[in-house]
Amino acid sequence: MSADERIAVTFDPGSFQELDADLASENPLAFPEYAEKLERGFGATGRRDPIVRGTAALDGMRVSVAVSDFAFMGGSMGSVAGEKITRTLELALDERIPAVVFTATGGARMQEGLLSLMQMAKTAGACRRLSDAGVPFICVFTDPTMAGVLASYASLADVILAEPGALVGFAGARVSAQAQVARVPDNFQTSEFNLEHGMIDLVVPRLEMRETLIRILAHVTQRGGREVGAVMA
Amino acid sequence: MARSWREWEKPLVDLEEGIRRLRELRERVAPDKAGALDRQIAEFEQKRDEYIRIKYSRLGAWERTLVARAETRPYTLDYIRYLVDDWVELHGDRRFADDKAIVGGLGRIGERSCVIVGHQKGRDLKSRQYRNFGMAKPEGYRKAIRLFQMADRFNLPVVTFVDTPAADPGVESESRGISQAIAEGMFAMFGLGVPSVSVIIGEGGSGGAIGIAVANRVLMLENSIYSVIPPEGCAAILWRDPTASDRAAAALRLTAKDALELGLIDQIVPEGFGGAHRNPQETASNVKLAIERSLDGLAPLSRDEIREQRFHRFRKIGVVAEPTPTREA
Repeated sequence: MSADERIAVTFDPGSFQELDADLASENPLAFPEYAEKLERGFGATGRRDPIVRGTAALDGMRVSVAVSDFAFMGGSMGSVAGEKITRTLELALDERIPAVVFTATGGARMQEGLLSLMQMAKTAGACRRLSDAGVPFICVFTDPTMAGVLASYASLADVILAEPGALVGFAGARVSAQAQVARVPDNFQTSEFNLEHGMIDLVVPRLEMRETLIRILAHVTQRGGREVGAVMA
Repeated sequence: MARSWREWEKPLVDLEEGIRRLRELRERVAPDKAGALDRQIAEFEQKRDEYIRIKYSRLGAWERTLVARAETRPYTLDYIRYLVDDWVELHGDRRFADDKAIVGGLGRIGERSCVIVGHQKGRDLKSRQYRNFGMAKPEGYRKAIRLFQMADRFNLPVVTFVDTPAADPGVESESRGISQAIAEGMFAMFGLGVPSVSVIIGEGGSGGAIGIAVANRVLMLENSIYSVIPPEGCAAILWRDPTASDRAAAALRLTAKDALELGLIDQIVPEGFGGAHRNPQETASNVKLAIERSLDGLAPLSRDEIREQRFHRFRKIGVVAEPTPTREA
């Protein structure tokens, strides 16, 4: 599912206003074949980065939003994605509105080396500020949510939802299997595996995602109203 | 391309072994033969120094990776032995277990009592397994977090030593939330009102490293590496060729010099002639000085200023092109 489709099915029709659409990678390490991969990502999605961010409304409630598009370099997080996620959380903090982020990613972007690793810390820092200020952050894991993103802002949300059957894990399945003498469980690194082990709050089918988000946000912002009740009735 | 540090340093290690044997012999020979042996030893030593000068002045990214991984390099507990007084190791995460791949405790560095946490590798087969090759599981990060929070309560600075190939990638670790533990480690470090210093002493391996490296000051030893992925993994993914690790190491810009040039670390700590494994004591005193200076510099800051400085240190990292800045709607 592309970021545009995700936004269309999740938020109030026509409410999404994109921000930072022009933010682009600079190939700071002059990494081999990176420029070509960025161009291919642009060709596939018409965008400059996997992260699409902006503001939107959920049943009338203004939220700061970021959605990852896996079709752009596997949704990997380099400087631009790190910056956009950080700004998403900072806008939420400034306006005291909830942040809602949909992940779809293989992890940190290799082609920006240590700069990518540092985006894990940068986004975690933004989570810390949001959390200290008591502004809610909901993260939705879609297929796949892996490695450097899972091990940073994604796991620091107040509420974590996941789509059924999404791949959710730290290490590539082959690495994990190699590291282990024991048999890898059948549902290893799925949403359900993570639910079973206490790492996520809820597995939510796509068709129920919007309503679930609305209900949770109504509670945590204490703005539970007639409309929300009607949706869930 | 050498595959291991042993292979890469073999001529040098052979030379050093030769010198050691000659010295032994020198103890046993008659005084009239000692002169000739002395000359031979001096000649060998000159050769060795010349060899080190040449090899270590031209270290490429891959050679540094091999040196950073050398099993003769000092590890966290070695640095603690050299530069920490009155060390008391504290065990366990109070939740599940005591991870042997991350050690932590209380100790004095110069005049200051600190909480000290670091990855720990082993040297021989048995101790390597015992330390899980320096790959921490969730309980390792949770032990670190518990100790960071204690440091905050008692107003003690936090010092971390980073030396891990990666966090543990096994089924056990996934089951207990290795990603969550690493994220939580960064989250906890951002919250500290006490000064923190992280020193990359060997391998700064990706998420496993950053989980205990969100500090006010981040230092790297001269021959340490810090990378988002091991060069072997990078080469395998990009070129499906693990033997291209040297190319990958160069492309990843994983050396201390690279990290400093990119503005990602605050200082490079010198190791002395021939690397930390030849000069552990000298290297340790350089590390001690650098930690003390860093903590001196942070001492005037209030708890809020410490948090602010740390947040902005990481907040500003990233290279992005922003053609037309959009105003917030």
